[in-house]
Amino acid sequence: MILGEYATLEAIESMRRKLGLDLPLGEQFVRFLRNIVVHGDTGSSIIYETSSRDLILDRAPVTLLLVGMACLLAILLALLLAILAATHKDGPLDHLIRILPAVTLGMPVFWVGLLLIMIFGVQLRWFPVGGAGEGGLDRIYSLTLPAITVAFSQIPSLVRSLRAQMLEVLESDFVVTLKAAGIPGRVILVKHVLRNSALPALMLLGVNTAYLIGGTLVVEQAFGLKGIGSLLFSAISNRDFPVIQGIALYCAFFVVVIGLLVEIASGYLDPRTKGEP
Amino acid sequence: MKDRNPVVELDGLTLATRSRQPLVSGVSFRVEAGASLGLVGESGSGKSLTLRSIIGLLPSGVQRVGGQIRRSGSCAMIFQDPIRALDPLCPVVGQLAEVVYYRQRVSRKAARSIALELLEMLGLPDSLRTKDRYPHQLSGGQCQRIVIAMALACKPDLLLCDEPTTALDVTVQRQILDLIARLQKELGYAVVFVTHNLAVASSMCSELCVMKEGRIVEQGDTLQLLRDPQHSYTRMLMNSVLPLPELERRADP
Amino acid sequence: MSSAQPELRIRRASKLERSLKRIWSLPSLLWGCILLAILIAVALLAPIISPYHPSEQNMAAILQPPSSEHWLGTDQLGRDLFARLIYAARTDLKIMALAEIVPFCVGVFLGMVAGYYGKWADALITLATDTFIAFPFYLIVIIVAFVSGAGEKGIYITFMLVGWIVYARVVRGLSASLRKQEWIAAARTLGLPNIKIILRHLLPNVLPQAVVVLMTDMAVLLVAIVTLGYLGIGIAPPTPDWGTMISEGQPFISTKWWLSAAPGFAVVYAGIALSLIGDGLADLWRRK
Repeated sequence: MILGEYATLEAIESMRRKLGLDLPLGEQFVRFLRNIVVHGDTGSSIIYETSSRDLILDRAPVTLLLVGMACLLAILLALLLAILAATHKDGPLDHLIRILPAVTLGMPVFWVGLLLIMIFGVQLRWFPVGGAGEGGLDRIYSLTLPAITVAFSQIPSLVRSLRAQMLEVLESDFVVTLKAAGIPGRVILVKHVLRNSALPALMLLGVNTAYLIGGTLVVEQAFGLKGIGSLLFSAISNRDFPVIQGIALYCAFFVVVIGLLVEIASGYLDPRTKGEP
Repeated sequence: MKDRNPVVELDGLTLATRSRQPLVSGVSFRVEAGASLGLVGESGSGKSLTLRSIIGLLPSGVQRVGGQIRRSGSCAMIFQDPIRALDPLCPVVGQLAEVVYYRQRVSRKAARSIALELLEMLGLPDSLRTKDRYPHQLSGGQCQRIVIAMALACKPDLLLCDEPTTALDVTVQRQILDLIARLQKELGYAVVFVTHNLAVASSMCSELCVMKEGRIVEQGDTLQLLRDPQHSYTRMLMNSVLPLPELERRADP
Repeated sequence: MSSAQPELRIRRASKLERSLKRIWSLPSLLWGCILLAILIAVALLAPIISPYHPSEQNMAAILQPPSSEHWLGTDQLGRDLFARLIYAARTDLKIMALAEIVPFCVGVFLGMVAGYYGKWADALITLATDTFIAFPFYLIVIIVAFVSGAGEKGIYITFMLVGWIVYARVVRGLSASLRKQEWIAAARTLGLPNIKIILRHLLPNVLPQAVVVLMTDMAVLLVAIVTLGYLGIGIAPPTPDWGTMISEGQPFISTKWWLSAAPGFAVVYAGIALSLIGDGLADLWRRK
């Protein structure tokens, strides 16, 4: 199947031996599991003949940097927008933010990327059109546009949740107490309101990590970045199953780890979950 | 203060929703320094809104559409549900110290020691000094003491009490009321006390305003008002206070 | 919200006239329906509206800018972009609607079963949904779509496998809270069989919420279909599809930007219509 339709019998036989397909099925499976647990590997790539783990780790930095930048951007922008919307309730920006999720729901993330390339890459020439750049700063600069694209897909839901949360907190009794006690509004907003509304937003971001990574894989394709996404597509077109399996496993692992981190962070932020001392 | 100036004076206060639905209409009263006034009425009679308008913290969607509020001196407020009145993510002593810091304009360190002094004054346990405690770890009565401490940190000439005992256990209610009354004598602030409990109001206040549907229906000296209620609603409120039947029967020979 | 549900059923059974009035008073629902109706009408009437056939090539007039002859210009094979756009609406909307049927029914049913029975049924279904959630949505979609063979069939299989999870999660939570309510307990003590309680009492109460989710999920699914088309593992050319149109236009992005932009706007338009309807329905069914 992998060698195409016109492969000779000998070629098929040697391929089978190399992949361990000549072994009994049970033994194949045990080998596979041992490989995952011991080496963090899902077998050698059929095409590149190196371990799929090394292939993935080789491509991971670009994708991870992209995910990290996108997260950071999404959080910063969402915070800013949510504060503005909640403090100027029913103002023009607030209305805009309320209809934003409806508009962006139907926006394919790669298409947003193309639009950004069109505007900032081609027309304004502020950012490079594709490629990941070399070296620290250049790489961050090259990844800015893709990161904005990925962040863009997260911002509407984050802003909506943060805004609703902030409005609820702003109306809550303890904010009235603090206001009555004469603490400046700015201090209440930053120190108390933001902190109280950040928790649900953090949870949402944790839940959305999986979606964020999926979006990143597609955006890489739109920007021609050599990350996990492009590895996935080349693996798919080459039917390179060990690599596909590896990518799926590593992504799931990453999502689980992020979920765990979010859980820990929220426990740290919220004294109520620590239990009675 | 000694010349009996009013600390707060309301003149025909009228509040309404944004859609012009009246909530409070034509409420007038004055409170002199060190005096205490009770606002009594059922829930929804506009007493809490009247109180909030004095400190300028009307909930969103409610506006003042008429009347005047004249206030002199500083003003602080305590609330119905003390646990919800404190930031759940912030240690209670920290919150208190924050109020001291912003109201008394002292250093952070001094603010903390003033906060601890206040705790002692209000009879809060020493364990708060050493360990960071959060609102959910304290009882309702302890939280209310913290809220009162936060109000006192503002050095108020006027203390607004919004049903401060309603959400508390019966046994704690009395302690909190006594505390407010004792400190009033020591510190000399005036009190506006909102409650639906006529018994509480008459024990705390020398003057009462009975409110119904956003209006004051009867107003006057507490004893006189209780002895000779003019309005049928006042009588109804008085009748709704349950006596302690068994004790009365036993008192009879 | 849930405590108001029994009331809701009584009201719905009453006058149709009144519910029509309610729709009129909800602008988002009204506008959503109008936008969607226009889109569906255009898709259905595509052969009448469009002067060209979507795969009619004209090598003499490739990559033309918009003009009175070709409203949105032509693509790299000289095909009329507007014709392709509205014919693509036919393909994409049809697949979107068909691909949503099975996951919706399965998801709602499994969610009710999990929420109602609790215990091992719940544990099993929760385990399944949680496992799926750990994998990035697009990663699963891409891999499953590829393995099940690119094209329309692959899309149906993919969403049959992954689409039910959203509904199961939402409905499970709702059913679990409904189960604890007294009127369900009353029905149980009366000895009604479980399946009857689920269908007669649980279903009407979880359905509104599920339909609201259906609206947003259709938009998500449409975007996924378009994404698969863009990546070349969705609807195969020459069948017109917004996704493939965007990817075909990408090489010309610096000069003929509308080739990629126009199909994207069509997707956004459909998404706005669907999410307006979803928001409107949520408002309609919220208590009062």
